[in-house]
Amino acid sequence: MTPDLSFWTMQTLNALQLSMLLFLLSVGLTVIFGLMHFVNLAHGALYALGAYFAATLASHAGFWVALLLAPLGVAVVGMALYGGLIQRMRKSGPMAQVLVTFGLIFVLLDLTRIFWGDLALAITPPAILAGRVDILGVGYPAYRLFIIALGLGIFAALALILSRTQIGAMIRAGVDNDDMAACMGINVERLFFIVFCVGCGLAGLAGAVAAPLLSVTPGMGLEILIPTLIVIVIGGLGSLKGAIAGSLIYGFVQTFGAVLLPGVASILIYALLAAVLLLKPVGLFPAKG
Amino acid sequence: MLDVNAISAGYGETQVLYGLSVTAQKGRVMAILGRNGAGKSTTLKTIMGLLPTQSGDIRFDGKPINGAKPYDIARAGIAYVPETRDIFPSLTVRENLDLAAKRFASGLQGWTVARVLELFPRLGERMDNGGAELSGGEQQMLAIARALLMNPRLLILDEPTEGLAPIIVKLIHDKLQELRNEGLSMVIVEQNFGFATSLADDVVIVSKGQIVWAGSAAEIRADEQAQHRWLGV
Repeated sequence: MTPDLSFWTMQTLNALQLSMLLFLLSVGLTVIFGLMHFVNLAHGALYALGAYFAATLASHAGFWVALLLAPLGVAVVGMALYGGLIQRMRKSGPMAQVLVTFGLIFVLLDLTRIFWGDLALAITPPAILAGRVDILGVGYPAYRLFIIALGLGIFAALALILSRTQIGAMIRAGVDNDDMAACMGINVERLFFIVFCVGCGLAGLAGAVAAPLLSVTPGMGLEILIPTLIVIVIGGLGSLKGAIAGSLIYGFVQTFGAVLLPGVASILIYALLAAVLLLKPVGLFPAKG
Repeated sequence: MLDVNAISAGYGETQVLYGLSVTAQKGRVMAILGRNGAGKSTTLKTIMGLLPTQSGDIRFDGKPINGAKPYDIARAGIAYVPETRDIFPSLTVRENLDLAAKRFASGLQGWTVARVLELFPRLGERMDNGGAELSGGEQQMLAIARALLMNPRLLILDEPTEGLAPIIVKLIHDKLQELRNEGLSMVIVEQNFGFATSLADDVVIVSKGQIVWAGSAAEIRADEQAQHRWLGV
């Protein structure tokens, strides 16, 4: 088979769709890290939780209600985590934070097993997104296009909030220098809390939109964690630009690697990660100059 | 208006201040002098709540502020210009100013963006530049302008002349003189003896985490023995 236009179109859309999913996950994690210097390895588990919430809600109230409420539910779980654990761990150093949030992955994993069982759940996308849309001669699943549009929409909204609003300026100031931000009367702790909850909500949203695409299993959070971490390390910690750039790089390298160079695809992204770490250890677009 | 009473403080296990006491009066400028490592910057950081006190207390207008968070202390009316200026590099000059102006607009001192730009016209030309693109002097102007926009009742400055060209030092001196004449209360930590004593009403000297000399600016200028002993001037 020689690659033709429809091949490139199809794979480009696949890459974009994977990128947008990773973006929704990594943006929360990277901004939380930039602002709070806090490594939350349980971020992937919150993604799985979002998928489970969505699966349950969708079977009772339909897809759109699930898509709206699942992220809110995960944000509420995030609030509880913040109050119960994260806040106390703020000053305890990265090693303790990594250990505790790594432990949290397994707690959440087993909780989903207890509540939902080991069998994979499935959600069907709503009728309006069930078909295919013709793009440059390729019949592409409408639901995947919806994910691309949603990711781009969230990116645009976040970019606007961060660059144009007062709270955006406060968040950037907090990422730059939290002590000085506090000396200017900014309640940095409250800002952390808000950003943490929004980040958790976005992880939940990623889980909810991924649910109709993949089967919902307890282990999905752990599977997505490594790609998400690769995205934020390549992109640079703490920045929105880094999250979108890292996601696009990962999505395209992974997708095109798998179809063009299947033999080395599985190590390609790690080679790229190693190259970035060697040449620009802070990532491509770090928040701090 | 600011009473620092017998505070001990430091970084982790390294104690820097040993029962330091100092009082700043309303409407006056106090200079804190001393050699490197004496504890001058540590005193300011402790006042701002960036470092915890191990003992002693700090009162602002009679209300205890030690143990309070930096943002509460800032909102109580103390604005801080740190030694490193700490301009936010991801924010433009305008955003750095707005960050203070929009959140302290109800301040009684009447500082507005237009007024600080009158004080530092140079900043007006650089409003859309990023914080990281400014020269050292511009950063210092922005740090002071930003602090004024918090409409503070007390302005504390940590080595405002450090690393600046003489012509900029003169400009900063003149601007602080204007603020002094308007009656703004200030505490200034300085290494530059001439700069500090020409601005200040009151002077204290810190050595090894304690006040070793206190008096007026005129007195320290006349006291060559104290200058030699504590400052090596």
